[in-house]
Amino acid sequence: MNRKPDHFVLRVDPILCDGFAHCHELAPDLVQVDEWGYPIIHERPTPVSELALLKSARLAVRGCPRQALRIERLDGPSGVPIQVRASGRLDESD
Amino acid sequence: MRSNALPRIMLGASERTLTLREHELTFGRVVAGVALEGELGASGLLGRGGAGFSTSKKVELLRHQRGHNKVVVVNAMEGEPVGHKDRTLLSSNPHLVLDGAQNVATLIGARHVAVCVSRKDSAVVHHVQRALHERERRGVGPAFELHTPPWRYVAGEESALVHWLNDNETMPQYRARRPHVLHVGRAPALVVNAETCAHVALINRFGAAWFREMGTPSSPGTTLVSVSGAVRRPTVLEVSLGTPLRSILREAGADPEPQAILTGGYGGAWLDGAHLDAPYCNEALQPLGALVGAGVLVVVPKSGCGLAETHRVVKWMAHESSRQCGPCAFGLPALAEDLRILLHGSRDPHDALVRLKERCAVIDGRGACRHPDGVVRLVESALKVFARHVEDHVNGTPCEAMTTTRRWVSVPALEHESELIWE
Repeated sequence: MNRKPDHFVLRVDPILCDGFAHCHELAPDLVQVDEWGYPIIHERPTPVSELALLKSARLAVRGCPRQALRIERLDGPSGVPIQVRASGRLDESD
Repeated sequence: MRSNALPRIMLGASERTLTLREHELTFGRVVAGVALEGELGASGLLGRGGAGFSTSKKVELLRHQRGHNKVVVVNAMEGEPVGHKDRTLLSSNPHLVLDGAQNVATLIGARHVAVCVSRKDSAVVHHVQRALHERERRGVGPAFELHTPPWRYVAGEESALVHWLNDNETMPQYRARRPHVLHVGRAPALVVNAETCAHVALINRFGAAWFREMGTPSSPGTTLVSVSGAVRRPTVLEVSLGTPLRSILREAGADPEPQAILTGGYGGAWLDGAHLDAPYCNEALQPLGALVGAGVLVVVPKSGCGLAETHRVVKWMAHESSRQCGPCAFGLPALAEDLRILLHGSRDPHDALVRLKERCAVIDGRGACRHPDGVVRLVESALKVFARHVEDHVNGTPCEAMTTTRRWVSVPALEHESELIWE
């Protein structure tokens, strides 16, 4: 039963974040920036098997000047777990 | 008092605050909270602070925390400038709220209760202080403490309150995952709204079955509603959940044919005036895009301009952001600016409308607390409900309301940024 977490998401502490946007430089496939330079992170979990993405996520975590990023491992199913956002809307955006 | 009539928590309310003796004559003495354990779950009480989270779930979460030094935080901050329910409740019967806090404290095993009232409401602070002195003389129950944080919109957010108790700063904190147990020092803290406490006190006395006699199956009980705007006199009413909006407005002496109603508070949503027959409870209002929230109703008549009201509210909300998270600190003023351009039809209003919608989608859900999400919800619902207005404003033919200075939603004056007090 004790399955290894096979998905991950990047998470940011919005209070620590000061909008350096290094994460966007280091992991452009996972992090977009908004017009003020703050990260918009993909809410969809990425499979750990995508090594390039995982590596870029690790680089982003290490490259964050405020140490506001971390990687959260998810025991996600093989499908795509749809995240319900604060507004209650289903988020299917990429 | 076991009758099944309104008012319930406002029973015996008059111009004067109830003393402990009068309170006990009205509601009976406080019973130990042992029976409450099952009753709270059976009652289905939802928190009255705005989020509407199940109180029994919250209490269960805290009950299973380790430690014997837990804290109950009674939240009577009343961040909503148009909401007056906690203030009214505490100045008419503070002992009911304190009884409820005592019951909850017994239930989770807390030794301390912190009552948080904003220092702006000096009269309420006085009432609570007096009530605490009365109880102290009896020498029963947990140790009560009164705290008076400065009044800010986000100061009533639960993590901001706990932050205040820890570090004297009324700013929300980041919680990586929810549900999250907040801690005062090392003690797990349960933050409960003042009105919720009053309901808990009554459930403890009269049981869950009595509580469920009013309201709807999924949102049982009564609630306090602050009605303002185009009314004869702004009032706080106790209504049964599920009462049609029309009868609530009639009781408050409101405009019978309003253009729209602001529901939930500043971080709430607009409801079109055509939906007045909807019952006042979350399950009926949510399909219409509105919510019960903190029990706020602001009536805007046909002569008003919903867009102008939204702009004023959003501008103030942007100012009240604690400026910790980028999307809130930069996004909300940007929303306010876009709304201003829309409203006055100044340079490129079409672009402003497109930008506004894009920015709403970008900001949503990216703060440490729900402050930006509430503003986004308000703006999105305004664009939907006042679609015709928006079109007129964009096309350079603003409504007649723009020629007058009469506004309906009461918004506090903006303080200069250097005058904002956070601690």
